[in-house]
Amino acid sequence: MAPRDALARKSNEQHMIEIDLEKEGVRGVNSRLHTLAKDTNQRHWLIKNPMGQHAIACGLDAPIIVEVGGHAGFYCGGMNKEAEILIHGHAGPGVAENMMSGIVRVDGNASQSAGATGNGGLLVIKGDAASRCGISMKGIDIVVGGSVGHMSAFMAQRGHLVVCGDAGEALGDSIYEARLYVRGKVDSLGADCIEKKMTDHHLAKLARLLDKAEIKANPKDFRRFGSARKLYNFNIDHADAY
Amino acid sequence: MCGIVGLYLKNPKLQPKLGQLFKPMLIEMTSRGPDSAGVAIYRNPAKKGFTKFSLAHDDAKFGWKKLAAALKSATKKQVSVQQIGNHAIVTTNAKEEAVTAWLKAHHPEVRVVGSGQAIEIFKETGLPEKVYEKFDLGKAKGSHIIGHTRMATESAVTTAGSHPFATGADLCLVHNGSLSNHNRLRENLKREGLEFQTENDTEVAAAYMTWKLRQGSSLKETLEAGIKDLDGFYTFCVGTHDGFAVVRDPIACKHAILAETDDWVAMATEFRAIAHLPGADKAKIWEPAPQTIYNWGGH
Repeated sequence: MAPRDALARKSNEQHMIEIDLEKEGVRGVNSRLHTLAKDTNQRHWLIKNPMGQHAIACGLDAPIIVEVGGHAGFYCGGMNKEAEILIHGHAGPGVAENMMSGIVRVDGNASQSAGATGNGGLLVIKGDAASRCGISMKGIDIVVGGSVGHMSAFMAQRGHLVVCGDAGEALGDSIYEARLYVRGKVDSLGADCIEKKMTDHHLAKLARLLDKAEIKANPKDFRRFGSARKLYNFNIDHADAY
Repeated sequence: MCGIVGLYLKNPKLQPKLGQLFKPMLIEMTSRGPDSAGVAIYRNPAKKGFTKFSLAHDDAKFGWKKLAAALKSATKKQVSVQQIGNHAIVTTNAKEEAVTAWLKAHHPEVRVVGSGQAIEIFKETGLPEKVYEKFDLGKAKGSHIIGHTRMATESAVTTAGSHPFATGADLCLVHNGSLSNHNRLRENLKREGLEFQTENDTEVAAAYMTWKLRQGSSLKETLEAGIKDLDGFYTFCVGTHDGFAVVRDPIACKHAILAETDDWVAMATEFRAIAHLPGADKAKIWEPAPQTIYNWGGH
């Protein structure tokens, strides 16, 4: 059994604690979640009336489940550590930005810069993500059920971006070591981003990611992209270009 | 930084509540633009052959009735006037050019903020909530409405510099972002005979659209040409006689969100403005793609 399922089962055994964001405000809601000890028994929370407010459930640092009962504004789940955050709706710009660990799931679409600079953990977007998805990602895994917009995985350093739909222009521009998997078409690749061979090792990793994201897709339908590693160092042969 | 919001009612039954539905949308964007606010509302279309002028004067006690009477005797046409705050809606069957020429000659201090069959534009410095109340928009009925909350970055905080900017008959524009080629473009447009009231970049975008439309371009063609000719960061919301359009620059870093239900279509800089609408929790929500024209209603 995956750790998440174990956590979910444990949580379901308990009463879900409801917080009304409209009444308590973002600071009120977040400070209640921030004061929880890592071994708290209050492991399952529902934030009602999110009303598109910003920075909901940011900076969590405990293995709890937080459900956001509607559409979230900017930076929802930012800097998350260990928590599992379920957004039952749309997520605004910068969802799960700089996530360290844990899971953020978005039922709807996500605006731009989803998972930006994420260090770890898993971000799942069931719908589409707009531009700059995974910009400067540093180890996060991002699985998008739909398509991603332009400049996705820009300067991506580590981690995986899985796109079940299409990718917009300049995918993986100036990419370092992240791995990108796309099932649909790619409008264009950015500088230093190239298609790479899909080996059994990659297929197995992709299968694990899709499984963890609970998205049904055949890994064999995907193509892999990554860095040509030509932008790492100054190349004397290009001196005339500067 | 600015906030823009638009609401187009697909279900005519909601029309009596347009102003009431829109109020929290505009107010929610106060933190993005506390300097000034403006609204373009489409309501009470004038009879065929008549034009509604939205006029503004800095003096709230300005004698609009006197102005209307003078305009009537000068043009020998029908003129009616309704004062709303320091604005007035003048409805007349006189020719549009004749009215603007007469105003320029006799009342140069009166600003023409918009004109058309259905459009009425109200804009003023101050907090959005105060501006909304000043023009009694809470009870307004109508088919669609767009609004702007401004945090000025590139020109002064004045009523004239507030959005929306009219772009021709029944058309107006609100803008979040900044244009980088507006000075050169303004000079070019002046040579084409366009006039400017401010140093504002958005006014240049509005004048550009007016110029394109005058040349016979459709709204879609105008917006497509704008993507090529306007340089900078922008999300535009454009109000038309019977609908509205949204367009973003190719980089698309100025925020925008669209939401649609069976009853309405709404756009905003941030979703929290839309969250107040009935059915927003079940709406289809997405970020508009770059250099793509989204429009509702219209021809």
